[in-house]
Amino acid sequence: MNTLSLWFHKFGSPPTFYRLSRLLCPWLFAAACLIGAVGLYAGLVLAPADYQQSDAYRIIFIHVPCAWMSLFAYIFMAANAFIAVVWRIKISEILAMASAPVGAMFTAVTLLTGAIWGKPMWGTWWTWDARLTSELVLLFLYLGVIGLFSAIEDRRQAARAAGFLALIGIVNVPIVHFSVNWWNTLHQGSTVRLLGPSRIDASMLWPLLLMALATHIWFFASVLARSRSSVLEQESGKEWVREIVQAQGVRRE
Amino acid sequence: MRYGTLGSACAALIRRDLLLTWRRRGDALNPALFALMVVALFPLALGPEPNQLMQIAAGIVFVAILLASLLALDALFRSDYEDGTLEQIVLSPHPLPVLLACRIGAHWLTTAVPLILVAPLLAEMLHLPRAVLPVLMLALAVATPLLSLLGAVCVALTVGMRRSGMLLALLVLPLYVPVLIFAAGACNAAQAGLPFLAPLLLLGAGLALALVLVPLACAAALRISIS
Repeated sequence: MNTLSLWFHKFGSPPTFYRLSRLLCPWLFAAACLIGAVGLYAGLVLAPADYQQSDAYRIIFIHVPCAWMSLFAYIFMAANAFIAVVWRIKISEILAMASAPVGAMFTAVTLLTGAIWGKPMWGTWWTWDARLTSELVLLFLYLGVIGLFSAIEDRRQAARAAGFLALIGIVNVPIVHFSVNWWNTLHQGSTVRLLGPSRIDASMLWPLLLMALATHIWFFASVLARSRSSVLEQESGKEWVREIVQAQGVRRE
Repeated sequence: MRYGTLGSACAALIRRDLLLTWRRRGDALNPALFALMVVALFPLALGPEPNQLMQIAAGIVFVAILLASLLALDALFRSDYEDGTLEQIVLSPHPLPVLLACRIGAHWLTTAVPLILVAPLLAEMLHLPRAVLPVLMLALAVATPLLSLLGAVCVALTVGMRRSGMLLALLVLPLYVPVLIFAAGACNAAQAGLPFLAPLLLLGAGLALALVLVPLACAAALRISIS
């Protein structure tokens, strides 16, 4: 067995995953908070006001990273669900199901901040624009996955069924991503691009990218924290969990 | 032991489903009656103004038919799961996706075709312009198989659960949204005198894709939920 697949097998075993995530989690949370604080300060204070929207545009420093994360979390969930359905790797099932509530939260924050921004700018909280609607459908898909997962008694079967639903729903992800290009409705087109120059000023771009980095790290920290507790829950009958619990009990006394 | 051919197995499945529906003819009418009542609620709530109803007629007809087919979905595997037939189908030596495609087809014939037949009456109740009716029927003919197919995957995922009604709606409705948008969009475009072919063609493309992929997905989902 080569080194790479050996590493995967090792990381895929619950005890190793538990130890590694316990090691990583605090650092990731700390990094996310630090970078997020810097990004927020840069976005809310240092970046210049927009010539048209003045200070009201500053909500994009939360809105846009959260919108990116809502799609990223879905792709992460679907990729793990694929691994879980095809190869039945336990950690992938747990990771997929742990990312569903986090992704749903990011989607909800996106819709909420968008509504707060839309009220002064468009004069309405909500409009049936293509991107808004597809983002709402994305939220419903997340809720469906969470609902199915919690409705089935057997945890592993629930994870596989909900993961399968996530895989079916992935059709929606490109629709959300390209909706502003396909249908020219109220929501503005994308201004930040991976390829070619972005149509946003550099003084506003770098706080935005910093916030994006912070939300990515926060996502992984949060998913690790969630999956760590479900690993413990699902493996509660095993020897290594007993050892951990006993070690903690000794430390507390 | 010799098994019959795949063709005879499919024919037997379809024949059994149609026969079961025929023996309980009254139940088969329930989705159509439900759609009729939902449509009757709208003039009562909005007022009987013909011009106002005409504006939203196509949308209401589609929503009513969508809800009716959602309620009918539960019957797709329910009784078969309870009496063990479904497990026999899964265990049979024939390819499961083909057998499931037959079941979905029979389900479409028994629940969606009555809905399509009752659609002109629904349209007339809401004063839909006569010229739009052919577009509505065409859109329904393409959209209802798509609804049955998409719904079947979600039913397969929830088949083992005792009370799956609300959950099924939560799973199915997000997947129905694009179908509703394109089908009702075609009718609205026709009503406004705009070209309506593009959304219908998109629906057709979706149907072609679903006809191939959904039986496979449905089989995988069923294997997960009754394993």
